[in-house]
Amino acid sequence: MINPTEYVPKSYHARVSTYWWLTRWVYLKFILREVSSVFVAWFVVVTLLQIRAVTSGPADYGEFQRWLRSPLLLTLNAVSFFFVVFHAVTWFNLSAKAMVVRVGGKRLPGIAIAAPNYAAWAVASGAVAWILLRG
Amino acid sequence: MANRITIEVARYHPAHDEKPGFDTYEVPLRKEWVVLDALNYIKDHLDGTLSFRWSCRMGVCGSCGMTVNGVPKLTCATFLSDYAPGPVRVEPLKNFPVLRDLVVDTSDFLVKLGKSKPWIIRKVEKPLDEEYLQTPEELDAYKQYSMCINCMLCYAACPVYGLDPLFSGPAAIALAQRYNLDSRDQGANQRLDILSQHDGIWGCTFVGECTQVCPKNVDPAGAIQQYKLTATTEWLKALVLPRGGT
Ligand code: SF4
Ligand code: FES
Repeated sequence: MINPTEYVPKSYHARVSTYWWLTRWVYLKFILREVSSVFVAWFVVVTLLQIRAVTSGPADYGEFQRWLRSPLLLTLNAVSFFFVVFHAVTWFNLSAKAMVVRVGGKRLPGIAIAAPNYAAWAVASGAVAWILLRG
Repeated sequence: MANRITIEVARYHPAHDEKPGFDTYEVPLRKEWVVLDALNYIKDHLDGTLSFRWSCRMGVCGSCGMTVNGVPKLTCATFLSDYAPGPVRVEPLKNFPVLRDLVVDTSDFLVKLGKSKPWIIRKVEKPLDEEYLQTPEELDAYKQYSMCINCMLCYAACPVYGLDPLFSGPAAIALAQRYNLDSRDQGANQRLDILSQHDGIWGCTFVGECTQVCPKNVDPAGAIQQYKLTATTEWLKALVLPRGGT
């Protein structure tokens, strides 16, 4: 008798295409979400450079501002801004999946988990805008 | 509505085909017909050699999963009319070896499922005449995951599993979580030892498509992320309380 666990019939194994992420919009969205981390990192670098420029005097800061105004940097930062917003929105929406909060035995709906993230984001952005635009 | 629709079906015969090709059939387009009805029509009236799996025809047995126009679907719950005017392309589930036509080899999933120990583990069993009582809240904690019908649509949708066949995959992890969250179970540590390895929960990059395609709203992606949270908490506990952690 054939032992069913030992009998291996001939079968066809398809290779996953290198471009699998282009086959469906949902996969492309996932890849864009992953790529967005690069732009988040870029903004961290810009912020660190900005801090260095601020601390090393008005001349350096003026130079830094001129650099920021160059067309290349403006384009790069506009694209980065789009990706950072995309990053924040996708992860905030996913946070509800990873966290189960039960109140009175019932699981809170996803929106109740995502909403505080958005609220904190709005408050932090408001605070930064206030500091920057105050003077 | 036109009364016929074209259906392209992937065909593969292991004895004489190097790789799968497609055969095209015309089938009646009836309002109440699902893709599985079209396949059965082909088998009964047009080509008796077509092979595919099915059993319950009501979204319960989990055996009729196939790729319909690129998306993993239960063919008994997928209406033909949603694809009118056609053509509809039916292929076997992706990420599994094809045995013949639309039939895939499910062994890998079954091995992985076994490794997650999807059964109630007790340190000490109660005597047979005693019950394990559960409150509705305790039932609610795992009920969603218990709805899994092992249809493997989530594996077919998961690019991580496609690229790394060692990955435990969505349903096996969701079913481990189903027992971890069961108030009668005491085997969470045993499962964590297996699933907290690299090919377990940490293989998941949260594409999230497993949850989208799941016909039973099991939300395996959510289960995996919650499991990651538990694993991290356990790891921290073990770090802070090397002896005290259980
Ligand atoms: S989790 Fe959903 S898609 Fe995956 S095997 Fe279970 S029922 Fe099917
Ligand atoms: S035939 Fe049973 S789930 Fe489709």
